[in-house]
Amino acid sequence: MTIETVVSADDFDQPGEGKVRCEACPIRCFIKPGQTGSCDRYGNVDGVLTRMDPVVVLERAIDRGDEIVSFTGETSGSLVSSRLIASGAGTTYPDYKPAPFIVSSDHEGVDTVTVVTEGIFSYCGVKVKIDTDRHVGDETSAVLYEGQPVGHVSTTEYGSQMLSLGGVHHLTGLTKHAGLATMRALEELCEKRAVELQVEGGAHLVVQAGRAPIINGVTERRMRVGCGSATVGMFAGQWHELVDEVVVVDEHITGVLSEHQAGAVLGMRPTGIKIRGRRSTPGRIFNVAGPGSGWGGTTITDPLEVLLPFNKKHAWPGLRLLMTSTTGEDWAYYVLDENLQPVPTPTPADVLPTVEQISLNCEPALTSVVFMAGAGGSLRAGTTTSPIALTHSIHSGETRVTVGGAPVYLWPGGGITIMVDVERVPPSSFGHVPTPAIVAPLEFTVPRDRYLALGGHASSIRSLDDVVANERVRYVREQAKYSS
Amino acid sequence: MPGPSVGRLGDGRLHLQYGPIDLVITVEGDGDAEVRAEKAMEFRFRTILDELVDELPLLRADIASRPSPRGDVARRMVAATSDLHSGDFATSMVAVAGAVADTIADVGWASASLRRLIVNNGGDIAIRQVPHASTTVGVVDDVTSGRVVGRLHVAGDSGVGGVATSGWGGRSVSFGVADAVTVIARTAAEADVAASLIANAVDVPGHPAIERRRACDVKDDSDLGERLVTCGVGALDTDDVDRALDAGVVRAELALLSPAVIGVILCLQERRRFLLPSTVTID
Repeated sequence: MTIETVVSADDFDQPGEGKVRCEACPIRCFIKPGQTGSCDRYGNVDGVLTRMDPVVVLERAIDRGDEIVSFTGETSGSLVSSRLIASGAGTTYPDYKPAPFIVSSDHEGVDTVTVVTEGIFSYCGVKVKIDTDRHVGDETSAVLYEGQPVGHVSTTEYGSQMLSLGGVHHLTGLTKHAGLATMRALEELCEKRAVELQVEGGAHLVVQAGRAPIINGVTERRMRVGCGSATVGMFAGQWHELVDEVVVVDEHITGVLSEHQAGAVLGMRPTGIKIRGRRSTPGRIFNVAGPGSGWGGTTITDPLEVLLPFNKKHAWPGLRLLMTSTTGEDWAYYVLDENLQPVPTPTPADVLPTVEQISLNCEPALTSVVFMAGAGGSLRAGTTTSPIALTHSIHSGETRVTVGGAPVYLWPGGGITIMVDVERVPPSSFGHVPTPAIVAPLEFTVPRDRYLALGGHASSIRSLDDVVANERVRYVREQAKYSS
Repeated sequence: MPGPSVGRLGDGRLHLQYGPIDLVITVEGDGDAEVRAEKAMEFRFRTILDELVDELPLLRADIASRPSPRGDVARRMVAATSDLHSGDFATSMVAVAGAVADTIADVGWASASLRRLIVNNGGDIAIRQVPHASTTVGVVDDVTSGRVVGRLHVAGDSGVGGVATSGWGGRSVSFGVADAVTVIARTAAEADVAASLIANAVDVPGHPAIERRRACDVKDDSDLGERLVTCGVGALDTDDVDRALDAGVVRAELALLSPAVIGVILCLQERRRFLLPSTVTID
C-alpha cells in the first residue's frame, strides 16, 4: 500500500460546535463557549474570541430632559457624551507598563487625559451603614459571613449602626477561608447584592446597598427622627396642650417632656414620673433598658417596663401619658387611675397626628455601602513614571480620581486612600482575584499638559474614538444611582 | 499573533512572557556576565513555546505510552515524569513549567560565569548558584492566596536545583485537595512532577465538601480528559485534614526514595507536614 497524500494535523483540528481558535500564541487553543484558553487571558464569549472583561463607556445624555437614545454603534454620538471608565479595563503587568487605556478628551474646553485602569486592592474594605436603632451587636463584635469572620461592628451613629468589613487583616491575615469569605462578602456588597451576615452574639442581618436592612428577619422601615431627647425637643410644642407627659423611649437617650428643657420653657407642670436608668441632664435619661430589637432599639416591648411608680406628691389621677418610640412606629397612650397606675387607653384623635408627625419626619431606613481602598501602590506606575508626582497632583486637586466614573472622597494625609458610594458605580465594576483581593475600577483625569509634566506615558495616549473602534466595549447609561 | 515579549520589572529583573509562559529571572554576576546570560536566555526563549507546540500531542499522551519526543525541553519533561510517576497517571505536561525554567536556567548558567541565577516560571523555580551562595525561597501554604508562611534557605552545595509548588486552585489543576505541596528537588522539572503527584495524593475520596468536575468540562482540551479534578473544597474537619495529609505523606515518602527529590512540605487548611533533610532549613 502506498501513501498518496499526507494529511496535515491542521486538517483534523476542525473546531467543534461553537468553539473558537485563539491566535494569541502558538498553542492556538480551541476554546469552548464559556471557557478560557490555557493562559486564562483569552476566552470564548458567545462564539467570539475575547480578551476577557470588556471596558465600559459611560454615556450621559446631554439633553437631560429627553429620553436617551439607545446607543447602537451607529449613532452619531451627538445626543450623548461618552467617557471611558475603568470597569473591565484590565490591568497591565508588570506595573511599570502603561495602564490599559490612556485616553485623551476635551473636558469642558480643557484638553484632558484620563488614565483608565483596574486596581487590585489587598488593602480595601467596606463601611456599611445600617439605618436602625435596633441593637445589632456590641461594638467590636465579629461579623460573620459564611461562618467566617469578615469584619466587626463599629460605632453607633445618629440613627445608624456601622459595620466595618474587610481590610487587609481579614483578607490576608486570618485563615484562607476567612480571606476568601471576606473577599466574597466585599464583592457582593460592592456589586449591590444582598448579603447575609451574622453578628457574633448579636443580630442576623440581611444588608444590600440602597435597600432596607432586615434585622433578625424583620425589615426595618424607618430611620428614627432623632434620639429620644431630640424627639421631645422637636415635637414639644405640639404635645404640651394635648397631653401631660410624653416619654420617648430610646436606648441611648430617652426623653421625658415635663422634665426636659423644652417642657420647662413651655411651662409644663411636674408629673412625678420616674424612669428607670441614669439621669443625665433634666429630661434626658440614659440606659432605660438594654439594647435589643424592641422600642427605640431597647429590649422593651411593653413600654411600662421603663416606668417606676409615680411620685404621689406630684402625680394626679387623670394624668395623660403618651409613650412613643423615636420612629413613631410604636406608641401607647395611658391615663393614670386613682391609684396613679397607668391604664392603657385609646389614643385620642387629636394626639394621633403628633405620633404620625414623628413617622412623617423619618426617612426610610436604608443600608449604604462605602468602598474604601488605598490606591497609593504600584498601579501609579502605569499612570506616570513618577508615582509621587501623581500622588501630589491628586492631593492638590489637579488630578481627579473617580471609581467607575463616581466621585470619591480622598482622605487627607499620605497615600491615595479613597472612599466611594458603591451605588454610584455601574454594575459589574467590582471583581476579585483569588489572592484574595478586590478588583475595582479607577480613573485619573488630568489636563493633558499637566499629565505630560507628571511624567505621563505620552506615547500611549489614544482617543476615545480609537478605543471604541478597536476594543470590545460595553455601554452603560450614566445614572445618579445604580442597583445590582 | 503577538510574539514573545521581553521586558524588565521595576526592580530590574528580566521578564519573559509568551502565551502561558511567564518567566521572572534574577541574574547575579559581574556586569558583562549578566548581559551575556540574559542575551542567551532571551535568544533561547524565542522558540521555546513553538518547540513545545510542535510536539504537543506526544506531550499530552499518557506517560505509560512511553512517548519519545525530539525537543530538548520535551525530553526533559518525559524524563522527569517517567522517573517519578511510579504508576500514577500522568502526562509529560505535568513537568512543563519546571522543564521550561530548567532549560532557560541551564542556557544562562552555561553562557557566562554567574554567582546566582533564578528562573521563576509562575512558582516553579530553577535555581543555579555557586557552592558558597545561598537562595531564600518563600513557601506558600496555599497556591490560591499565595500567602508566604515560611522561608526556605537553599545552600549552593545542597544539590537543590529546583523548587516547585502545586495544589488545587489558582491556575493549577489537581486530583487532590492540597492547598499547597512544595517540593525541593535536583531540578525544577523533577520538583514540578513530584509536587503535582504528591498534591494529587492529598485527598479524602468521596468527601461531600469536595467539588469535582471532569477536567474536559473545565478546559475543553485538557490532557486529563474525563478524569475528575478538584474545583472546590469546603471546610474539612481536622480528622479529614489529617487523613488527607497522611495519604500525601505516603506518596511523598515514595517520591523521596528517588535521588531526584530532596524535601517535601504539605499544607492543607492550616495544617502542615514537613519532610526535609537537615541540609534544608525553613524559618
